[in-house]
Amino acid sequence: MKKSVIISALTIAGLTAGAALAGTMDDVKARGKLNCGVTTGLVGFASPDANGEWEGFDVGVCRAVAAAVLGDASAVEFVPTTGKTRFTALASGEIDMLARNTTWTFSRDVDLKFEFTGVNYYDGQGFMVPKDLGVGSASDLDGATVCIQTGTTTELNLADFFRSNNISYEPVPIETNSEAMQQYLAGACDVYTTDASGLAASRATFEDPDAHVVLPEIISKEPLGPLVRHGDNNWGDVVRWTLNALITAEELGVTSANIGEMSNGTNNPEINRLLGTEGTLGEMLGLDAEWAKRAISVGGNYGELFEANIGVNTPIGIARGLNSQWTDGGLIYSPPFR
Amino acid sequence: MTMQTETAAGNFRLSMLISDTRYRSYTFQLVAMVLLFGSVGYLISNLIFNLETAGLSISYEFLGEPAGYDINQRLIEYNSQSSHWRASVVGVLNTLLVAVVGCFFATIFGVIAGVLRLSNNWIVAKIMAGYVEIFRNVPVLIWILIINAIFLVSLPQPKAFKSRGGNPPEAEMFLDAFAFTGRGIYMPKPVLQGGGLLVVGVFFLSIVAMFLYRRHARNLLYSQGKDLPTFWPSVGILFAPAILLYALMAFTSELPIVLEYPALKGFNFKGGIWARGSFVALTFALAIYTGAFIAENVRAGILAISKGQTEAAASLGIRPNRIMSLVILPQALRVIIPPMISNYLNLTKNSSLAIAVGYMDITGTLGGITLNQTGRAIEAILLLMAFYLLISLSISAIMNVYNKSVAIKER
Repeated sequence: MKKSVIISALTIAGLTAGAALAGTMDDVKARGKLNCGVTTGLVGFASPDANGEWEGFDVGVCRAVAAAVLGDASAVEFVPTTGKTRFTALASGEIDMLARNTTWTFSRDVDLKFEFTGVNYYDGQGFMVPKDLGVGSASDLDGATVCIQTGTTTELNLADFFRSNNISYEPVPIETNSEAMQQYLAGACDVYTTDASGLAASRATFEDPDAHVVLPEIISKEPLGPLVRHGDNNWGDVVRWTLNALITAEELGVTSANIGEMSNGTNNPEINRLLGTEGTLGEMLGLDAEWAKRAISVGGNYGELFEANIGVNTPIGIARGLNSQWTDGGLIYSPPFR
Repeated sequence: MTMQTETAAGNFRLSMLISDTRYRSYTFQLVAMVLLFGSVGYLISNLIFNLETAGLSISYEFLGEPAGYDINQRLIEYNSQSSHWRASVVGVLNTLLVAVVGCFFATIFGVIAGVLRLSNNWIVAKIMAGYVEIFRNVPVLIWILIINAIFLVSLPQPKAFKSRGGNPPEAEMFLDAFAFTGRGIYMPKPVLQGGGLLVVGVFFLSIVAMFLYRRHARNLLYSQGKDLPTFWPSVGILFAPAILLYALMAFTSELPIVLEYPALKGFNFKGGIWARGSFVALTFALAIYTGAFIAENVRAGILAISKGQTEAAASLGIRPNRIMSLVILPQALRVIIPPMISNYLNLTKNSSLAIAVGYMDITGTLGGITLNQTGRAIEAILLLMAFYLLISLSISAIMNVYNKSVAIKER
């Protein structure tokens, strides 16, 4: 009799423990580490360096969130995910946020029940071909063999593009970017297609980058950004406004060089609110006042992160283009810190 | 020898459920069943509870929605606007194709390697032993990747078959009909025109007729001792009607079956049958890997037959290869077939590694792209598991039918 009471009590306790959903932020703070889902290896966005330390544009966003919430930019567990595993990892709770150059689409937002916390890179899908193929435009690709990563919006866009132009192609499905490059360089496919930023990042790692050309057509919109699960609005706010803090810092001229003196107080009230010397913005998020200062101090503001990882002075060599601040004619625009 | 005393029915006490050996087994089985159902039920209710909390639900409606992606190798009509269900069917057919072709070649490799390993020629036996050991001890995924990489790198690309800049082409088509490239093998395709279907039908009837003739010859031999010739008449029955019909049609009307040759146009060869590199590499790798296991099974089966059989057959004057085929192998098959069933099942399930080389089998379409694009992981995986279970049970059912038919029937 006693045993059955104990067992049923345990069962009920187990069920109710599951019912009391702790917020993700509390989980992260209790764990002391942020679980961040990244790609398996895309130079410039997320790849481990020679010492095993992750670096890249998406990695920078994750470290900024970790610094804002936990105070330590290195308290991040990077979980490499493939195109197939990234959404189940996020939905199941294995990772707290996914910063994996993922395109913000209707079905992912609505049907898969995720919340996109902003766009950190406005991209589009392009094609890369070897120069000696003699092709100058994507509409000349009738009958070509195309290497395509499965489970991405790229795949669907590719099918739509060829269908609407009444030309046909032969898809070669691959799982990861590195596999794609290997097949493309060996000649198993004539064309490699992915986001233009991914094409630039891959081409930078080739032995002879000039023997490959990216075709001029951009056939889709690919707004890439970090995402979190539905159901935890506070955590979504934290991630969203950390990204916005990086963007606003560049807009207002706060850099990693001058952030120290700016946090003593400036003439610009918005900088003061951002860095916590005025107002209670941090408290509204459930963090302390210096959350944005810590986030910006990790890798600098948005522009500095961009230049350091994928800018024109890196082997990847992407110009700001659409990803300039709105004041420079680009699309990077953060709501005001007020 | 103590006899268990029969207690009268009215003396049943509750503690006898554990102490009395007659009831004890039932008690334990009941407890085990309750525990099993309880734990499974707990897991399922936990899953449903978590799904509800996360706002997700289980539904199979995604199967009716357009898939949005293209599949390169398909045995039925499919385009990117077909439904996810159709994509799954394409994947199923691709898996079955790999399974059938792979099992066929694996059996050939395995039987040859197994029998040769027992040969008296030391070099041949050692070479076959080397084959078995090397291919068994490396994981199959690595073999698939290695063989695919070898094909990719060693064979020329289609553009090498073109003459460029005034130079002759670097590679030539074999017999002007076959092209071996890193992307696959291009072969001529037989196209049925007009009476082609009739010729094919007549050929199938010839196959049936050949088996009937051979059965008739065997029955005649056992009943009356008359020895009918079997080899040349079989060949004649098999080929003559079809060839005669073909020639007749060729002279009177058009050719019933013509070959469509592959020709290099633009980026790729067009026309003919294209056995893509991923399919060839995957099937070859699976066949060679499973063949090593089958070789060991065959060797075990042959060694299980007592040596007395070989010696008795030799003393009757039967030649060695006829000893193997008429005396040893029929008996050895009883020992070989059951483990071979599990090797066939292994090959079928190992084909799920196909996505590593870009071949769209059921794991690639349903369990890969569909799962990813629709986010319905649980539903897709359950469907995938059901499919593999169905295939595996069918293969083992078919093989068990054969197994029963050759079992020693006890009198």
